[in-house]
Amino acid sequence: MNSGLVMYEEEYRIISGICDRLTRDANAKVVFLVDKNGQLIAASGQAQNLDTTSLASLTAGNVAAMGGLAKLIGEKEFPNQFHEGERESLHMSIVGGRVVLVVIFDAKSSLGLVRLRVKKAGEELARVFDQLAKKQATPGAQSPFAEITDDDIDNLFSQ
Amino acid sequence: MSFINYSSREINCKIVYYGPGLCGKTTNLQYVYAKTNPEAKGKMISLATETERTLFFDFLPLSLGEIRGFKTRFHLYTVPGQVFYDASRKLILKGVDGVVFVADSQIERMEANLESVENLRTNLGEQGYSLERVPYVVQYNKRDLPNIATVDELRRLINPRNVPEFQAVAPTGVGVFDTLKSVAKLVLTELKKGGG
Repeated sequence: MNSGLVMYEEEYRIISGICDRLTRDANAKVVFLVDKNGQLIAASGQAQNLDTTSLASLTAGNVAAMGGLAKLIGEKEFPNQFHEGERESLHMSIVGGRVVLVVIFDAKSSLGLVRLRVKKAGEELARVFDQLAKKQATPGAQSPFAEITDDDIDNLFSQ
Repeated sequence: MSFINYSSREINCKIVYYGPGLCGKTTNLQYVYAKTNPEAKGKMISLATETERTLFFDFLPLSLGEIRGFKTRFHLYTVPGQVFYDASRKLILKGVDGVVFVADSQIERMEANLESVENLRTNLGEQGYSLERVPYVVQYNKRDLPNIATVDELRRLINPRNVPEFQAVAPTGVGVFDTLKSVAKLVLTELKKGGG
């Protein structure tokens, strides 16, 4: 089976830092980063009022559906998407082929500014994810679950 | 494809409920949602048509508790069962960690069940997975209806490999949590082996 994504403390700090800076530089309300399978990786800005789990899952669904559409017309994927709302808008960008960078912004920012800042942040993030992939591929990188016992698993279901 | 986050000490897994149209996949999730403590669940999302047939997917995030200091979270998804939504079904299988096949026990739905298992096998194959290797359980749903096949017959047709199987009546919850627990256990065991 394909191996899953593993996030370590060090890379998480770098990724959060990039997202925080993007939020400021792009005048965004919220920035979040989602695995293409729908798992939330990081969120920054006014994310506490948002249901980020649902946002992550729907983002992945949307990117997957648009990817399906892209293939039907002979494109590999749509790396950037923009959805314009009455007050708030949403920009999605695929980073390193694996994760989706989402920016939510209102009239205090503009699509041009967001695109510009996303491009730079996206390049930085892609490098971090490359680094993560290498780290994960290193022999000896073990699942933290390798040491759990069958009893640990049973206990989870005993209540 | 699981997501292990050392920073927030979380582990996230994806479970997909598969099966023919109207077999009760969404009903399984609705029951789990209704019977789970508010602190253990997120919002349930249903992308459905006006007649409440699943159009893209249903989604329900669940927390199961901690294992060795890691919060275990399961993301439950259903696929749209109707044959012509195949493109959507493929998308939802991406990154799956475990599969529940919900079979409709009614005799007249046997062909639909078989077609759906074959479709699952094909679609998993396209994602580079095999039904033989992915954590997999089978649920025989609608056991309360009059015109149903015997469990032996269902097993012969749908579950020749004898993976864990459960009889269920999803609207009243019979078998629903047993099915979920079984697949969640298999997913965690697989992670332990380092295959996730």
